[in-house]
Amino acid sequence: MFYREAGQFKTSYQADGQIFPIRQDRLALGATLIVAVVALPLLASPYMLSAILIPFLIFALAALGLNILTGYAGQLSLGTAAFMAVGAFASYNFILRVPGIPVLLAFVLGGLCAAMVGIAFGLPSLRIRGFYLAASTLATQFFVVWCLTKIGWLTNYSSSGVITAQKMEILGYAFDTPERKYLLVLFVVAIMALLAKNMVRSNVGRSWMAIRDMDVAAEVIGFRPLRTKLMAFAVSSFYCGVAGALYAFAYLGTVEPEAYNLDLSFRILFMIIIGGVGSILGSFLGSAFIVLLPVFLNILAHGLGLPTSVASNLELMVFGALIIFFLIVEPHGLARLWQIGKEKLRLWPFPH
Amino acid sequence: MQMNEPDALLRATRRIGPVILDLKNISLSFGGVKALTDISFDVRQHEIRAIIGPNGAGKSSMLNVINGVYRPQQGAIIHKGQQRKGMDCYGAAKSGIARTFQNIALFKGMTVLDNIMTGRNLKMKSNFLMQALYWGPARREEIAHRVKAEEIIDFLEIQAIRKTPVGRLPYGLQKRVELGRALAAEPEILLLDEPMAGMNVEEKQDMCRFILDVNDQFGTTIVLIEHDMGVVMDISDRVVVLDYGKKIGDGTPDEVRSNQDVINAYLGTH
Amino acid sequence: MNISFFFEVLIGGLLSGVMYALVAIGFVLIYKASGVFNFAQGAMVFFAALTCVGLMDKFGFSLWLAIPATVVAMIILGLLIERVVLRPLVNQPEITLFMATIGLAFFIEGLAQLMWGSQVHRLELPIEDVPLQFLMDKFNIIVSQFDVTAAMVCGVMVLVLSLVFSRTKVGRALRAVADDHQAALAVGIPLQRIWGILWAVAGMVALVAGLLWGARNGVQFALTFIALKALPVLILGGFTSVPGAIVGGLIIGASEKLAEVYIGPMVGGGIEGWFPYVLALLFLLVRPEGLFGEKIIRRI
Repeated sequence: MFYREAGQFKTSYQADGQIFPIRQDRLALGATLIVAVVALPLLASPYMLSAILIPFLIFALAALGLNILTGYAGQLSLGTAAFMAVGAFASYNFILRVPGIPVLLAFVLGGLCAAMVGIAFGLPSLRIRGFYLAASTLATQFFVVWCLTKIGWLTNYSSSGVITAQKMEILGYAFDTPERKYLLVLFVVAIMALLAKNMVRSNVGRSWMAIRDMDVAAEVIGFRPLRTKLMAFAVSSFYCGVAGALYAFAYLGTVEPEAYNLDLSFRILFMIIIGGVGSILGSFLGSAFIVLLPVFLNILAHGLGLPTSVASNLELMVFGALIIFFLIVEPHGLARLWQIGKEKLRLWPFPH
Repeated sequence: MQMNEPDALLRATRRIGPVILDLKNISLSFGGVKALTDISFDVRQHEIRAIIGPNGAGKSSMLNVINGVYRPQQGAIIHKGQQRKGMDCYGAAKSGIARTFQNIALFKGMTVLDNIMTGRNLKMKSNFLMQALYWGPARREEIAHRVKAEEIIDFLEIQAIRKTPVGRLPYGLQKRVELGRALAAEPEILLLDEPMAGMNVEEKQDMCRFILDVNDQFGTTIVLIEHDMGVVMDISDRVVVLDYGKKIGDGTPDEVRSNQDVINAYLGTH
Repeated sequence: MNISFFFEVLIGGLLSGVMYALVAIGFVLIYKASGVFNFAQGAMVFFAALTCVGLMDKFGFSLWLAIPATVVAMIILGLLIERVVLRPLVNQPEITLFMATIGLAFFIEGLAQLMWGSQVHRLELPIEDVPLQFLMDKFNIIVSQFDVTAAMVCGVMVLVLSLVFSRTKVGRALRAVADDHQAALAVGIPLQRIWGILWAVAGMVALVAGLLWGARNGVQFALTFIALKALPVLILGGFTSVPGAIVGGLIIGASEKLAEVYIGPMVGGGIEGWFPYVLALLFLLVRPEGLFGEKIIRRI
């Protein structure tokens, strides 16, 4: 009843090409942004901001990166965390060695370093496909993280291998409270999500999807597999690199290789599976799910009086079971469920 | 399937130009299997050239050679006066050759409109950064190509399904979308690999009409593989007959129809 | 350069390679017959070992009672997996099934630890980890009796498996299913029952691997990472070949140890973690389908 498009006609291709063509969607987006930018910093507790909202946004950004590579371009990758690590370490080094560098620029440069590593480790994708490619991304994951632990220059020769991330400051304004960190992260993630959405709707995105769906036909049309795949690796790694830098600076407070392990790569992969492979919205939904689930399970275990070891094992089991559940019931993840929900909403309150 | 008199007359008045594609002594083998042996024929501009023959004769391989998917071990391709031993896919696409596939090769994850837009790929100039910002030139370009894609959608009468994911479409419509994707590149030479396979009579008539219209309105040269002899004899200007990778006939439909070798190998007493 | 030390490292590596091969064979079995890359194989190894040890520790079973009991448990697990995970996903693309097995791996790991606790368990097998006397005396090389026994067990298992595959009716059915699901269904092969059997067999292979690995390193969560090590083995050996898995395992095991010992000190150590993967990656660049794998020909 409320969610109808009746009367909303598009009279130009430009209008038809909007990201949110339905007016109600635009209103909803506006409301969400107001809540996110104004209400949450004022009303949410520091715990909520630091432990839930900030990691949600950061992981969503990483999931976006992985979605571009795996969801849109079809190159399965288990090395996400390695690219995040490169971004974090590179940003740290830029801030350390280039005095006065703006922190956002440092993040962008960190992302670019990650992109270059991504291109290097993406070269095998021209010969290798499918599981074999996934296995070779494991090489990326283990080798890159090993390098970061061994090369002393990168960690500024710290004896413990754990370095404190610098404070984030823009023009003297320090981002050190949870509210400020949250707003900074929100800003970065929102812009990058918009850029990603634009990319996947344009020729770049189509080139990725073409290579994913039918690479021979894509070649015949004139898409170049080399360029397309490397582009996917580069953009994806850039996103993961920035996410990794934010992970270190705005969440962990330290820059350590162990934080970027295989487990993290799997978590991000789960996010895009549950959230919806090949969907921008899905990256956010998946991230929210994976971030909130342990919290719920902990509350549940606490409420039932179970020890924490049980809770963590339950977490593994529930994760695993949910992955299987989603793959069986809705392989396109929460994003598709969301779409179906909207379809039903159009008819509400009528059944059909 | 018989066509009416007026269409046959139309075919007779088509302005056929000089030789645009010349294949000389093409031989192709995979390991020990010889797919094509010493094949030579030419294609003239604006004509409709059919390639026929029994299954396994090497017809698809022939198209794949023209298109750059396979490189022949021997022989040369002379395209618009330029000689090449073999083309690569990108080169073929850039020089104005587009094709459809025997087992539909659409991008199943995308909508009809997106599939057709992929055909515009080579004409898009903006780089990915501008596309990410969706600003100015990138936006104008995207809209301009959308206009072109919509023209093709109108031409093929598939407006109603433009936002449908192609995986959900019935077979006949998928073949039409694939034709649209090939047309989107505004090709000079269009290679069609069994465009009417698996279609019923109405669908075949529609497809025939589209092929003829493409040739007539856009002047596109068409090389097509087809098994329906009625269609072949009625719409093509010249026919090449392949059997076991060798050429056994080459000429107008009437000449080929009365060629004894072709009758023995393929047509039977008709 | 001590030549006998080199041989010691080499043989040690080869034997640890045999253990990798054991796990890899489980992968190959399942992939061959159902096209599913079972990421959960490592978790199954862990589960099998943990169940066996758990039965012995918590319920006082003797080893010879615990093993058959675990076999039963693995068979049940295999049948459940087929029923709950595979059957609903039967026509999905390979990548979906692969991701489902990742979820399965997490589930089994959580379940195993929930049932039996997450501390490290010791597993005692009646084979001693002492050097073989005659080798030590004659050539001054230290090779553990345990490792050699493991190699022999592996050999026996491969022999049994290949006999089953080629001589028995079930084996023939498995090979048919591996080739073409539809055709197998068409000739009346009960696909689901075969897959149930398949996963049960893979479970038993996992048990053997679990016992041997567990006795060597202790039964602990790190056992699941062996599954990851099996990946380079499979890349080298091809995903569909049991002899390939063995050859791949030997190569990975040997090269990993040799690299760690000889190259490791030059770059600060810890090479073992990535060397097999990088090796596999380089190998793939040259031969994208592995040593023994089937070349994939795509028709356009």
